[in-house]
Amino acid sequence: MNWDVIAENLPRYLEGAKLTLILTFASLGISFFLAIPLAFLRNSENAVLRYAVMAYTLVFRGTPLLVQLFLIYFGLAQFGMVRESVLWPWLSSPMVCVIAAFVLNTTAYSTEIFAGGLRHVPVGEIEAARAYGMSSLVQARRILIPAMLTRSLPLYGNEMIMMLHATSLASTVTLLEVTGVARNITLNYYIQFEPYVTAAAIYLTLTFVLVSAFQLVQKRWAGYLESRIG
Amino acid sequence: MVADYATAILSAGSTTLLVALLSLLVATLLGLAAAFAKLSASALLRSIAGMYTFVVRGIPDLVVMLLVFYSLPALLNQWADALGWDIRIEFSPLVAGIATLGVIFGAYMTETFKTALQNIPRGQVEAAIAYGLTRRRMFTHIMLPQLVRLALPGFTNNWLVLAKGTALVSLIGLQDVMFRAKGAAEATAMPFTFYLIAAGFYLALTVVSMLLLTLVARRFDVGVRKVSS
Repeated sequence: MNWDVIAENLPRYLEGAKLTLILTFASLGISFFLAIPLAFLRNSENAVLRYAVMAYTLVFRGTPLLVQLFLIYFGLAQFGMVRESVLWPWLSSPMVCVIAAFVLNTTAYSTEIFAGGLRHVPVGEIEAARAYGMSSLVQARRILIPAMLTRSLPLYGNEMIMMLHATSLASTVTLLEVTGVARNITLNYYIQFEPYVTAAAIYLTLTFVLVSAFQLVQKRWAGYLESRIG
Repeated sequence: MVADYATAILSAGSTTLLVALLSLLVATLLGLAAAFAKLSASALLRSIAGMYTFVVRGIPDLVVMLLVFYSLPALLNQWADALGWDIRIEFSPLVAGIATLGVIFGAYMTETFKTALQNIPRGQVEAAIAYGLTRRRMFTHIMLPQLVRLALPGFTNNWLVLAKGTALVSLIGLQDVMFRAKGAAEATAMPFTFYLIAAGFYLALTVVSMLLLTLVARRFDVGVRKVSS
Protein backbone atom coordinates (compact mmCIF):
# COMPACT_ATOMS: atom_id res chain seq x y z
CA MET A 1 0.00 0.00 0.00
CA ASN A 2 1.15 3.52 -0.76
CA TRP A 3 -0.60 5.64 1.80
CA ASP A 4 2.56 7.71 2.31
CA VAL A 5 2.00 9.08 -1.21
CA ILE A 6 -1.42 10.26 -0.12
CA ALA A 7 -0.04 11.78 3.09
CA GLU A 8 2.56 13.62 1.04
CA ASN A 9 -0.11 14.96 -1.30
CA LEU A 10 -2.68 15.93 1.30
CA PRO A 11 -2.16 19.66 0.61
CA ARG A 12 -3.15 19.04 -3.01
CA TYR A 13 -6.32 17.29 -1.90
CA LEU A 14 -7.04 20.25 0.37
CA GLU A 15 -6.70 22.64 -2.57
CA GLY A 16 -8.95 20.30 -4.56
CA ALA A 17 -11.58 20.26 -1.82
CA LYS A 18 -11.48 24.06 -1.78
CA LEU A 19 -12.13 24.20 -5.52
CA THR A 20 -14.90 21.58 -5.23
CA LEU A 21 -16.65 23.72 -2.62
CA ILE A 22 -16.12 26.92 -4.63
CA LEU A 23 -17.63 25.32 -7.75
CA THR A 24 -20.55 23.91 -5.75
CA PHE A 25 -21.48 27.09 -3.95
CA ALA A 26 -20.77 29.47 -6.84
CA SER A 27 -23.09 27.44 -9.09
CA LEU A 28 -25.76 27.08 -6.43
CA GLY A 29 -25.51 30.73 -5.42
CA ILE A 30 -25.93 32.09 -8.96
CA SER A 31 -28.64 29.59 -9.88
CA PHE A 32 -30.63 30.38 -6.73
CA PHE A 33 -31.28 33.94 -7.90
CA LEU A 34 -32.07 32.84 -11.45
CA ALA A 35 -34.41 30.04 -10.39
CA ILE A 36 -36.72 32.19 -8.24
CA PRO A 37 -38.02 34.44 -11.07
CA LEU A 38 -38.02 31.46 -13.45
CA ALA A 39 -40.23 29.52 -11.01
CA PHE A 40 -42.77 32.35 -11.18
CA LEU A 41 -42.61 32.37 -14.99
CA ARG A 42 -43.00 28.57 -14.97
CA ASN A 43 -46.38 29.10 -13.25
CA SER A 44 -47.24 32.24 -15.23
CA GLU A 45 -50.66 32.71 -16.79
CA ASN A 46 -48.97 33.66 -20.02
CA ALA A 47 -48.71 30.40 -21.96
CA VAL A 48 -45.72 31.53 -24.04
CA LEU A 49 -43.63 32.30 -20.95
CA ARG A 50 -44.77 29.12 -19.25
CA TYR A 51 -43.85 26.89 -22.18
CA ALA A 52 -40.56 28.70 -22.82
CA VAL A 53 -39.40 28.00 -19.26
CA MET A 54 -40.74 24.44 -19.50
CA ALA A 55 -38.77 23.85 -22.70
CA TYR A 56 -35.62 25.15 -21.01
CA THR A 57 -35.99 22.87 -17.99
CA LEU A 58 -36.88 19.88 -20.18
CA VAL A 59 -33.78 20.28 -22.34
CA PHE A 60 -31.38 20.79 -19.44
CA ARG A 61 -32.91 18.08 -17.26
CA GLY A 62 -33.27 15.69 -20.20
CA THR A 63 -29.63 15.65 -21.33
CA PRO A 64 -26.50 14.59 -19.44
CA LEU A 65 -24.55 17.35 -17.70
CA LEU A 66 -21.41 15.93 -19.31
CA VAL A 67 -22.84 16.70 -22.78
CA GLN A 68 -23.82 20.21 -21.71
CA LEU A 69 -20.35 20.83 -20.33
CA PHE A 70 -18.66 19.57 -23.52
CA LEU A 71 -21.04 21.61 -25.69
CA ILE A 72 -19.95 24.77 -23.90
CA TYR A 73 -16.24 24.02 -23.34
CA PHE A 74 -15.37 22.28 -26.63
CA GLY A 75 -18.40 23.20 -28.73
CA LEU A 76 -18.39 26.99 -28.67
CA ALA A 77 -14.96 27.12 -30.36
CA GLN A 78 -16.65 25.85 -33.55
CA PHE A 79 -18.04 29.32 -34.22
CA GLY A 80 -15.66 31.96 -35.55
CA MET A 81 -17.95 34.62 -34.21
CA VAL A 82 -17.42 33.35 -30.66
CA ARG A 83 -13.65 32.93 -31.11
CA GLU A 84 -13.27 36.50 -32.32
CA SER A 85 -15.58 38.09 -29.77
CA VAL A 86 -14.30 40.07 -26.80
CA LEU A 87 -15.72 37.39 -24.52
CA TRP A 88 -13.41 34.66 -25.87
CA PRO A 89 -10.74 34.93 -23.13
CA TRP A 90 -13.52 34.09 -20.67
CA LEU A 91 -15.31 31.54 -22.82
CA SER A 92 -12.11 29.58 -23.41
CA SER A 93 -11.36 29.27 -19.70
CA PRO A 94 -12.40 25.93 -18.20
CA MET A 95 -13.46 27.59 -14.95
CA VAL A 96 -15.97 29.90 -16.67
CA CYS A 97 -17.31 27.10 -18.88
CA VAL A 98 -17.71 24.72 -15.94
CA ILE A 99 -19.60 27.27 -13.87
CA ALA A 100 -21.75 28.26 -16.87
CA ALA A 101 -22.68 24.61 -17.53
CA PHE A 102 -23.33 23.91 -13.83
CA VAL A 103 -25.45 27.05 -13.43
CA LEU A 104 -27.56 26.30 -16.53
CA ASN A 105 -28.06 22.72 -15.34
CA THR A 106 -28.82 23.29 -11.68
CA THR A 107 -31.03 26.30 -12.46
CA ALA A 108 -33.26 23.99 -14.53
CA TYR A 109 -33.64 21.58 -11.60
CA SER A 110 -34.06 24.35 -9.00
CA THR A 111 -36.68 26.10 -11.15
CA GLU A 112 -38.81 22.95 -11.22
CA ILE A 113 -38.34 22.41 -7.48
CA PHE A 114 -39.31 26.00 -6.64
CA ALA A 115 -42.20 26.00 -9.15
CA GLY A 116 -43.53 22.86 -7.46
CA GLY A 117 -43.22 24.57 -4.06
CA LEU A 118 -45.04 27.61 -5.40
CA ARG A 119 -47.96 25.49 -6.58
CA HIS A 120 -48.33 24.14 -3.05
CA VAL A 121 -48.60 27.47 -1.28
CA PRO A 122 -52.08 27.34 0.34
CA VAL A 123 -54.60 29.51 -1.51
CA GLY A 124 -55.72 31.00 1.81
CA GLU A 125 -52.31 32.58 2.37
CA ILE A 126 -52.45 34.27 -1.02
CA GLU A 127 -56.01 35.44 -0.50
CA ALA A 128 -55.09 36.83 2.90
CA ALA A 129 -52.20 38.76 1.34
CA ARG A 130 -54.58 40.20 -1.23
CA ALA A 131 -57.13 41.10 1.43
CA TYR A 132 -54.40 43.06 3.21
CA GLY A 133 -54.00 45.09 0.03
CA MET A 134 -50.44 43.93 -0.74
CA SER A 135 -49.21 44.72 -4.23
CA SER A 136 -48.06 41.68 -6.22
CA LEU A 137 -44.42 42.61 -5.57
CA VAL A 138 -44.97 42.79 -1.82
CA GLN A 139 -47.01 39.58 -1.99
CA ALA A 140 -44.14 37.82 -3.72
CA ARG A 141 -41.50 39.16 -1.35
CA ARG A 142 -43.34 38.67 1.94
CA ILE A 143 -45.59 35.67 1.29
CA LEU A 144 -44.96 33.67 -1.85
CA ILE A 145 -41.16 33.47 -1.96
CA PRO A 146 -40.68 32.52 1.71
CA ALA A 147 -43.52 29.98 1.55
CA MET A 148 -42.20 28.56 -1.74
CA LEU A 149 -38.65 28.23 -0.42
CA THR A 150 -39.57 26.54 2.86
CA ARG A 151 -41.74 24.04 1.00
CA SER A 152 -38.91 23.35 -1.44
CA LEU A 153 -36.29 22.74 1.25
CA PRO A 154 -36.17 18.91 1.29
CA LEU A 155 -35.87 18.64 -2.51
CA TYR A 156 -33.48 21.57 -2.69
CA GLY A 157 -31.25 19.81 -0.17
CA ASN A 158 -31.03 16.85 -2.55
CA GLU A 159 -30.20 19.18 -5.40
CA MET A 160 -27.33 20.67 -3.38
CA ILE A 161 -25.86 17.21 -2.86
CA MET A 162 -26.32 16.43 -6.57
CA MET A 163 -24.46 19.64 -7.39
CA LEU A 164 -21.63 18.78 -5.00
CA HIS A 165 -21.26 15.42 -6.74
CA ALA A 166 -21.64 16.89 -10.22
CA THR A 167 -18.56 19.06 -9.66
CA SER A 168 -16.49 15.89 -10.14
CA LEU A 169 -17.18 16.30 -13.88
CA ALA A 170 -15.04 19.45 -13.85
CA SER A 171 -12.05 17.09 -13.79
CA THR A 172 -12.87 16.11 -17.40
CA VAL A 173 -12.00 19.64 -18.57
CA THR A 174 -8.69 19.87 -16.69
CA LEU A 175 -9.86 21.51 -13.46
CA LEU A 176 -8.08 20.21 -10.37
CA GLU A 177 -10.91 19.71 -7.93
CA VAL A 178 -10.90 16.59 -5.72
CA THR A 179 -11.42 14.12 -8.59
CA GLY A 180 -8.92 15.94 -10.81
CA VAL A 181 -6.29 15.84 -8.05
CA ALA A 182 -6.91 12.11 -7.53
CA ARG A 183 -6.59 11.49 -11.27
CA ASN A 184 -3.31 13.42 -11.43
CA ILE A 185 -1.85 11.46 -8.54
CA THR A 186 -2.75 8.15 -10.19
CA LEU A 187 -0.93 9.32 -13.32
CA ASN A 188 2.12 10.70 -11.47
CA TYR A 189 2.72 7.74 -9.16
CA TYR A 190 1.24 4.82 -11.15
CA ILE A 191 -1.02 3.80 -8.29
CA GLN A 192 -4.71 3.24 -8.88
CA PHE A 193 -6.18 2.38 -5.52
CA GLU A 194 -5.32 4.92 -2.85
CA PRO A 195 -5.94 8.20 -4.73
CA TYR A 196 -9.55 7.42 -5.69
CA VAL A 197 -10.37 5.93 -2.29
CA THR A 198 -9.11 9.16 -0.69
CA ALA A 199 -11.24 11.22 -3.08
CA ALA A 200 -14.27 9.09 -2.23
CA ALA A 201 -13.64 9.59 1.49
CA ILE A 202 -13.45 13.37 0.99
CA TYR A 203 -16.74 13.45 -0.92
CA LEU A 204 -18.38 11.24 1.68
CA THR A 205 -17.28 13.61 4.44
CA LEU A 206 -18.42 16.71 2.53
CA THR A 207 -21.79 15.07 1.79
CA PHE A 208 -22.24 14.11 5.43
CA VAL A 209 -21.43 17.62 6.67
CA LEU A 210 -23.71 19.22 4.08
CA VAL A 211 -26.62 16.88 4.85
CA SER A 212 -26.26 17.47 8.61
CA ALA A 213 -26.10 21.24 8.16
CA PHE A 214 -29.11 21.13 5.91
CA GLN A 215 -31.13 19.19 8.46
CA LEU A 216 -30.51 21.98 10.97
CA VAL A 217 -31.58 24.59 8.43
CA GLN A 218 -34.71 22.63 7.67
CA LYS A 219 -35.62 22.31 11.34
CA ARG A 220 -35.08 26.06 11.79
CA TRP A 221 -37.03 27.33 8.77
CA ALA A 222 -39.44 24.57 7.79
CA GLY A 223 -40.05 23.07 11.23
CA TYR A 224 -43.47 24.70 11.38
CA LEU A 225 -44.62 22.61 8.39
CA GLU A 226 -43.96 19.31 10.17
CA SER A 227 -47.01 19.48 12.43
CA ARG A 228 -49.25 20.21 9.45
CA ILE A 229 -48.01 17.26 7.41
CA GLY A 230 -48.42 14.77 10.27
CA MET B 1 -19.43 13.79 -43.84
CA VAL B 2 -21.64 15.16 -41.11
CA ALA B 3 -24.24 12.51 -41.96
CA ASP B 4 -21.66 9.69 -41.70
CA TYR B 5 -20.50 10.80 -38.29
CA ALA B 6 -24.09 11.36 -37.18
CA THR B 7 -24.98 7.79 -38.18
CA ALA B 8 -21.95 6.48 -36.31
CA ILE B 9 -22.99 8.40 -33.20
CA LEU B 10 -26.62 7.34 -33.29
CA SER B 11 -25.81 3.71 -34.06
CA ALA B 12 -23.92 3.64 -30.76
CA GLY B 13 -27.32 4.26 -29.21
CA SER B 14 -27.69 0.48 -28.98
CA THR B 15 -24.63 0.35 -26.70
CA THR B 16 -26.02 3.16 -24.54
CA LEU B 17 -29.39 1.38 -24.32
CA LEU B 18 -27.74 -1.96 -23.53
CA VAL B 19 -25.72 -0.42 -20.70
CA ALA B 20 -28.78 1.45 -19.42
CA LEU B 21 -31.14 -1.55 -19.45
CA LEU B 22 -28.68 -4.02 -17.94
CA SER B 23 -27.77 -1.50 -15.24
CA LEU B 24 -31.45 -1.00 -14.56
CA LEU B 25 -31.84 -4.75 -14.08
CA VAL B 26 -28.90 -4.92 -11.66
CA ALA B 27 -30.15 -1.81 -9.85
CA THR B 28 -33.69 -3.18 -9.49
CA LEU B 29 -32.51 -6.51 -8.07
CA LEU B 30 -30.01 -4.87 -5.71
CA GLY B 31 -32.61 -2.28 -4.71
CA LEU B 32 -35.23 -4.92 -3.89
CA ALA B 33 -32.76 -6.98 -1.88
CA ALA B 34 -31.48 -3.97 0.03
CA ALA B 35 -35.00 -2.62 0.64
CA PHE B 36 -36.03 -5.93 2.25
CA ALA B 37 -32.76 -5.94 4.18
CA LYS B 38 -33.49 -2.43 5.49
CA LEU B 39 -36.93 -3.54 6.70
CA SER B 40 -35.76 -6.89 8.05
CA ALA B 41 -35.72 -7.89 11.69
CA SER B 42 -32.00 -8.66 11.57
CA ALA B 43 -29.89 -5.76 12.82
CA LEU B 44 -26.90 -7.01 10.82
CA LEU B 45 -28.79 -6.94 7.49
CA ARG B 46 -30.23 -3.53 8.35
CA SER B 47 -26.83 -2.03 9.04
CA ILE B 48 -25.23 -3.58 5.93
CA ALA B 49 -27.98 -2.14 3.73
CA GLY B 50 -27.78 1.20 5.55
CA MET B 51 -24.01 1.32 5.05
CA TYR B 52 -24.43 0.51 1.34
CA THR B 53 -26.89 3.30 0.60
CA PHE B 54 -25.02 5.83 2.76
CA VAL B 55 -21.65 5.23 1.11
CA VAL B 56 -22.87 4.97 -2.49
CA ARG B 57 -25.13 8.01 -2.30
CA GLY B 58 -22.35 10.02 -0.67
CA ILE B 59 -19.86 9.63 -3.53
CA PRO B 60 -20.14 11.14 -7.05
CA ASP B 61 -21.05 8.68 -9.83
CA LEU B 62 -17.82 9.44 -11.67
CA VAL B 63 -15.71 8.61 -8.62
CA VAL B 64 -17.60 5.33 -8.06
CA MET B 65 -16.92 4.48 -11.70
CA LEU B 66 -13.20 5.23 -11.37
CA LEU B 67 -13.11 3.18 -8.17
CA VAL B 68 -14.71 0.17 -9.87
CA PHE B 69 -12.73 0.42 -13.09
CA TYR B 70 -9.27 1.36 -11.75
CA SER B 71 -9.08 0.92 -7.98
CA LEU B 72 -10.84 -2.41 -7.53
CA PRO B 73 -8.70 -4.35 -10.04
CA ALA B 74 -5.58 -2.68 -8.59
CA LEU B 75 -6.54 -3.87 -5.11
CA LEU B 76 -7.34 -7.40 -6.33
CA ASN B 77 -4.03 -7.56 -8.17
CA GLN B 78 -2.14 -6.43 -5.06
CA TRP B 79 -3.79 -9.24 -3.12
CA ALA B 80 -3.04 -11.73 -5.89
CA ASP B 81 0.62 -10.65 -5.85
CA ALA B 82 0.77 -10.98 -2.08
CA LEU B 83 -0.58 -14.50 -2.37
CA GLY B 84 1.98 -15.27 -5.07
CA TRP B 85 -0.66 -15.87 -7.76
CA ASP B 86 0.36 -15.07 -11.28
CA ILE B 87 -2.82 -13.45 -12.60
CA ARG B 88 -3.77 -9.96 -13.77
CA ILE B 89 -7.33 -8.89 -13.18
CA GLU B 90 -8.81 -6.28 -15.49
CA PHE B 91 -12.43 -5.29 -16.07
CA SER B 92 -13.88 -4.55 -19.47
CA PRO B 93 -15.42 -1.08 -19.69
CA LEU B 94 -18.81 -2.68 -20.41
CA VAL B 95 -18.80 -4.84 -17.27
CA ALA B 96 -17.37 -2.03 -15.13
CA GLY B 97 -19.92 0.42 -16.50
CA ILE B 98 -22.90 -1.83 -15.87
CA ALA B 99 -21.63 -2.85 -12.43
CA THR B 100 -21.05 0.78 -11.45
CA LEU B 101 -24.38 2.13 -12.63
CA GLY B 102 -26.14 -0.92 -11.18
CA VAL B 103 -24.54 -0.42 -7.76
CA ILE B 104 -25.17 3.35 -7.74
CA PHE B 105 -28.78 3.23 -8.83
CA GLY B 106 -29.38 0.15 -6.68
CA ALA B 107 -28.88 2.50 -3.74
CA TYR B 108 -31.44 4.97 -5.09
CA MET B 109 -33.85 2.12 -5.90
CA THR B 110 -33.46 0.86 -2.32
CA GLU B 111 -34.97 4.07 -0.97
CA THR B 112 -37.75 3.99 -3.58
CA PHE B 113 -38.69 0.38 -2.88
CA LYS B 114 -38.37 0.79 0.89
CA THR B 115 -40.85 3.67 0.93
CA ALA B 116 -43.19 1.77 -1.40
CA LEU B 117 -43.05 -1.37 0.78
CA GLN B 118 -43.82 0.72 3.84
CA ASN B 119 -46.84 2.18 2.08
CA ILE B 120 -48.46 -1.19 1.41
CA PRO B 121 -51.33 -1.31 3.93
CA ARG B 122 -50.40 -3.48 6.89
CA GLY B 123 -53.83 -5.15 6.91
CA GLN B 124 -53.24 -6.69 3.50
CA VAL B 125 -50.06 -8.38 4.63
CA GLU B 126 -51.81 -9.59 7.76
CA ALA B 127 -54.72 -10.90 5.66
CA ALA B 128 -52.27 -12.77 3.44
CA ILE B 129 -50.69 -14.36 6.50
CA ALA B 130 -54.14 -15.22 7.84
CA TYR B 131 -54.96 -16.93 4.53
CA GLY B 132 -51.89 -19.05 5.02
CA LEU B 133 -50.08 -17.82 1.92
CA THR B 134 -46.43 -18.82 1.79
CA ARG B 135 -43.93 -15.98 1.93
CA ARG B 136 -43.25 -16.37 -1.75
CA ARG B 137 -46.90 -16.22 -2.79
CA MET B 138 -47.46 -13.30 -0.46
CA PHE B 139 -44.67 -11.46 -2.28
CA THR B 140 -45.77 -12.32 -5.84
CA HIS B 141 -49.54 -12.02 -5.34
CA ILE B 142 -50.03 -9.32 -2.73
CA MET B 143 -46.92 -7.15 -2.42
CA LEU B 144 -45.45 -7.09 -5.92
CA PRO B 145 -48.50 -5.73 -7.80
CA GLN B 146 -48.81 -2.87 -5.32
CA LEU B 147 -45.07 -2.34 -5.16
CA VAL B 148 -45.09 -1.67 -8.91
CA ARG B 149 -47.73 1.00 -8.57
CA LEU B 150 -46.32 2.64 -5.45
CA ALA B 151 -42.71 2.57 -6.61
CA LEU B 152 -43.34 3.64 -10.19
CA PRO B 153 -42.90 7.43 -9.79
CA GLY B 154 -39.57 6.97 -8.00
CA PHE B 155 -38.56 4.20 -10.39
CA THR B 156 -39.29 6.45 -13.39
CA ASN B 157 -37.20 9.21 -11.90
CA ASN B 158 -34.28 6.86 -11.19
CA TRP B 159 -34.45 5.50 -14.73
CA LEU B 160 -34.32 8.99 -16.23
CA VAL B 161 -31.25 9.86 -14.15
CA LEU B 162 -29.65 6.48 -14.97
CA ALA B 163 -30.22 6.87 -18.73
CA LYS B 164 -28.32 10.16 -18.64
CA GLY B 165 -25.75 8.72 -16.24
CA THR B 166 -24.65 6.23 -18.90
CA ALA B 167 -22.81 9.09 -20.63
CA LEU B 168 -20.11 8.62 -17.96
CA VAL B 169 -19.11 5.20 -19.34
CA SER B 170 -17.55 7.04 -22.30
CA LEU B 171 -14.91 8.29 -19.84
CA ILE B 172 -13.68 4.73 -19.22
CA GLY B 173 -13.53 4.00 -22.95
CA LEU B 174 -16.83 2.32 -23.75
CA GLN B 175 -17.99 3.21 -27.25
CA ASP B 176 -21.37 4.69 -26.43
CA VAL B 177 -23.12 7.72 -27.95
CA MET B 178 -21.01 10.17 -25.97
CA PHE B 179 -17.73 8.42 -26.88
CA ARG B 180 -18.55 8.49 -30.59
CA ALA B 181 -19.61 12.14 -30.34
CA LYS B 182 -16.26 12.97 -28.75
CA GLY B 183 -14.49 11.06 -31.52
CA ALA B 184 -16.40 12.93 -34.22
CA ALA B 185 -15.83 16.26 -32.45
CA GLU B 186 -12.09 15.67 -32.33
CA ALA B 187 -11.81 14.38 -35.91
CA THR B 188 -13.67 17.33 -37.42
CA ALA B 189 -13.69 20.98 -36.44
CA MET B 190 -17.35 20.73 -35.50
CA PRO B 191 -17.59 19.79 -31.83
CA PHE B 192 -20.80 21.75 -31.27
CA THR B 193 -22.67 19.94 -34.05
CA PHE B 194 -21.77 16.48 -32.82
CA TYR B 195 -22.28 17.07 -29.12
CA LEU B 196 -25.63 18.58 -30.06
CA ILE B 197 -26.54 15.35 -31.90
CA ALA B 198 -25.60 13.38 -28.79
CA ALA B 199 -27.69 15.74 -26.66
CA GLY B 200 -30.62 15.17 -29.04
CA PHE B 201 -30.28 11.42 -28.58
CA TYR B 202 -30.42 11.65 -24.78
CA LEU B 203 -33.31 14.12 -24.92
CA ALA B 204 -35.28 11.77 -27.19
CA LEU B 205 -34.55 8.87 -24.83
CA THR B 206 -35.80 10.94 -21.89
CA VAL B 207 -38.99 12.06 -23.63
CA VAL B 208 -39.85 8.59 -24.96
CA SER B 209 -39.21 7.05 -21.51
CA MET B 210 -41.44 9.65 -19.86
CA LEU B 211 -44.29 8.96 -22.27
CA LEU B 212 -44.01 5.17 -21.99
CA LEU B 213 -43.81 5.17 -18.22
CA THR B 214 -46.83 7.49 -17.99
CA LEU B 215 -48.80 4.86 -19.92
CA VAL B 216 -47.56 2.14 -17.56
CA ALA B 217 -48.52 4.27 -14.56
CA ARG B 218 -52.01 4.74 -15.99
CA ARG B 219 -52.33 0.96 -16.43
CA PHE B 220 -51.36 0.26 -12.83
CA ASP B 221 -53.50 3.04 -11.40
CA VAL B 222 -56.67 1.46 -12.78
CA GLY B 223 -58.81 0.54 -9.82
CA VAL B 224 -57.38 3.11 -7.45
CA ARG B 225 -60.19 5.21 -6.08
CA LYS B 226 -59.67 8.91 -6.73
CA VAL B 227 -61.06 11.67 -4.56
CA SER B 228 -64.16 12.82 -6.43
CA SER B 229 -64.09 16.50 -7.21
